[in-house]
Amino acid sequence: MSTPVLQVEDLHVSVAGTPVLKGITLTVPAGEVHAIMGPNGSGKSTLAHVLAGRPGYEVTRGSARFEGVDLLAMAPEARARAGLFLGFQYPVEIPGVNNAYLLKAALNARRRERSEPEIDAFDFLALVRAQMRTMQMDENLLTRGVNEGFSGGEKKRNEILQMLVLEPRLALLDETDSGLDIDALKIVGRGINTLRSPTRSVVLVTHYQRLLEYVVPDRVHVLARGRILRSGDRELALELERRGYDWLLEEQSAA
Amino acid sequence: MSNANSELGALLARGYQHGFVTDIDSDTLPPGLDESVVRAISARKREPQFLLDWRLRAYRHWLTMREPRWARLRYEPIDYQGISYYSAPKPKGDAPKSLDEVDPKLLETYAKLGVPLHERARLAGVAVDAVFDSVSVATTFKERLAAAGVIFCPFSEAVQKHPELLEKYLGSVVPYTDNFYATLNCAVFTDGSFVYVPRGVRCPMELSTYFRINAAKTGQFERTLIIADAGSHVSYLEGCTAPMRDENQLHAAVVELVALEDAQIKYSTVQNWYPGDEQGRGGIYNFVTKRGECRGRNSRISWTQVETGSAITWKYPSCVLRGENSVGEFYSVATANNYQQADTGTKMIHIGANTRSTIVSKGISAGHGQNAYRGLVKIMPSAHGARNHTQCDSLLLGAHCGAHTYPYIESRNAGATVEHEASTSRISEDQLFYCQQRGLDTEDAVNMIVGGFCREVFKELPMEFAVEAQNLLAVTLEGAVG
Repeated sequence: MSTPVLQVEDLHVSVAGTPVLKGITLTVPAGEVHAIMGPNGSGKSTLAHVLAGRPGYEVTRGSARFEGVDLLAMAPEARARAGLFLGFQYPVEIPGVNNAYLLKAALNARRRERSEPEIDAFDFLALVRAQMRTMQMDENLLTRGVNEGFSGGEKKRNEILQMLVLEPRLALLDETDSGLDIDALKIVGRGINTLRSPTRSVVLVTHYQRLLEYVVPDRVHVLARGRILRSGDRELALELERRGYDWLLEEQSAA
Repeated sequence: MSNANSELGALLARGYQHGFVTDIDSDTLPPGLDESVVRAISARKREPQFLLDWRLRAYRHWLTMREPRWARLRYEPIDYQGISYYSAPKPKGDAPKSLDEVDPKLLETYAKLGVPLHERARLAGVAVDAVFDSVSVATTFKERLAAAGVIFCPFSEAVQKHPELLEKYLGSVVPYTDNFYATLNCAVFTDGSFVYVPRGVRCPMELSTYFRINAAKTGQFERTLIIADAGSHVSYLEGCTAPMRDENQLHAAVVELVALEDAQIKYSTVQNWYPGDEQGRGGIYNFVTKRGECRGRNSRISWTQVETGSAITWKYPSCVLRGENSVGEFYSVATANNYQQADTGTKMIHIGANTRSTIVSKGISAGHGQNAYRGLVKIMPSAHGARNHTQCDSLLLGAHCGAHTYPYIESRNAGATVEHEASTSRISEDQLFYCQQRGLDTEDAVNMIVGGFCREVFKELPMEFAVEAQNLLAVTLEGAVG
């Protein structure tokens, strides 16, 4: 079997001295979409952030490898350039910085990493416009400040737009579905499906299973109290939808 | 540069004739200031009597003045008797003879700023007469300006050729009694620039490139006077984005602008004098008085400044809005890194009815830098319907710097509208991480965020200047976060 895109083993993480992740083991092979579900405060977002290299988290034990390379030893920007993308739950506003300008800088950082020349301005515009059509975004969002004055839905679409332009090997999407109406959810789902390919992997962090109606996952993991309590296929997500999370937590307490 | 060379030669020869100092290479007055120094400078410039009298009045008044201490600035007392008040172009033996002799760090900065190779030598003060071939460029400019009737020349040339304009306008915006530094400048200024745009003429080019070619080494007591006659229009760019080699520590310049009826003056500055080293040693003290008067109806004066250099910046480009419906604008980016101190802002004096002013100030502090915005909006009783909007934003990089805001508002007309908005922010970790997650390293991320912060001001700059200003900011803030 080829090297998995993401391999997490026995990962323990603390925030300000408090353990939040208590031994996560997770393997995402190339080409697969995995969903990580769980109640609020279970550590789902922490996992996504630690993998992306956000400061403020302390890894106390375990490892994480990205295409076989030690992810935790890399600077956040190096992880990004290597092809790891984090779709933010709360995309930040950067006033005055042109949305297209940031995206172009990001794409060129990735291209430099692969020893490719910087993208030509016209090619870039053509690429972005095509993907904006996929995401049904208004073109004026390109020339506005990054997320400046965007609606919640526009911010999320903008995240997926960036993902489509950057074509990461691994996309970690942190609650990308939250706050979206049904039409926007479909569009976001379509965007994610566009990225699916035998060489790319996606990890969807989500509270609800409704996004999974549009993006059918290969595997579903339930994360609660800092551990993965159960893994299964699409059926597990549906079961969670019917029964909630409590029965799993009770089972765990009993065990 | 043969024109300029022969001018220079003539100038030096004149100096010899007047029995100054026999050796051309040491055409410098000894340190110290008294009435004879003022007379000597004036004589050296072959000035008419009215100008000498004006200088002497200024000098005598200066003796009664004390250095202002109200600014939020800390520095060792300046020894005004330790300065030489006249120095002809630097003796060539003193200057580096080629780029090989120039500090490699300086050259590195030029490379980062994208300064063309042929300009680097000139900026570094290399003693080559014509570092690059500008004869044709300069000649073309002169011809185009002359065809339009625009006068644009060194101040000392204007003294000889246009004394009537000087007598009418010099000191009419900044009187010789104005303030300690301006008064000193009136007494001892050596050169600068003069612009006159005749009635109804739109100046056919930005007065920038020309300036860069001609006005190097105008010295520490520089004087600029710009007159836009009725219905005329001029855009003037001052300064240079690359750090200039300069041994003078004290700079006390004066700039006066006069806009008559329906005239517009746009004055843009990028100031990047030597800021001192990382420990705060050395650096230029920049005490500048800049003021424009919208003298006629519907006139407009717009100041845009990007202040990244100098150890000390004391500068308040102001507008006196005398003409009805006249408009004053001030757009500023000021940075203070390491141990730099900036106390800068503007004054908008509303006298005429329906006068309007806009102030946008962006202060960036990093390292141990201290950055103060100081602004006055004054509405006189005659200024019915006057309006002002002030927006004052500060950005802090790091934990040891400071941002201070001193807005003064004096409204003596109840019908006026004065609005003030202010904010102070830091680059958030969320913003930094977001950019890093998209593949940008910390420095690029900071530059991008700071650039966004300054965008409202940068967009007021002429296009090519805006790009340079952004690069300059990046170099100035290098290592400020990380």
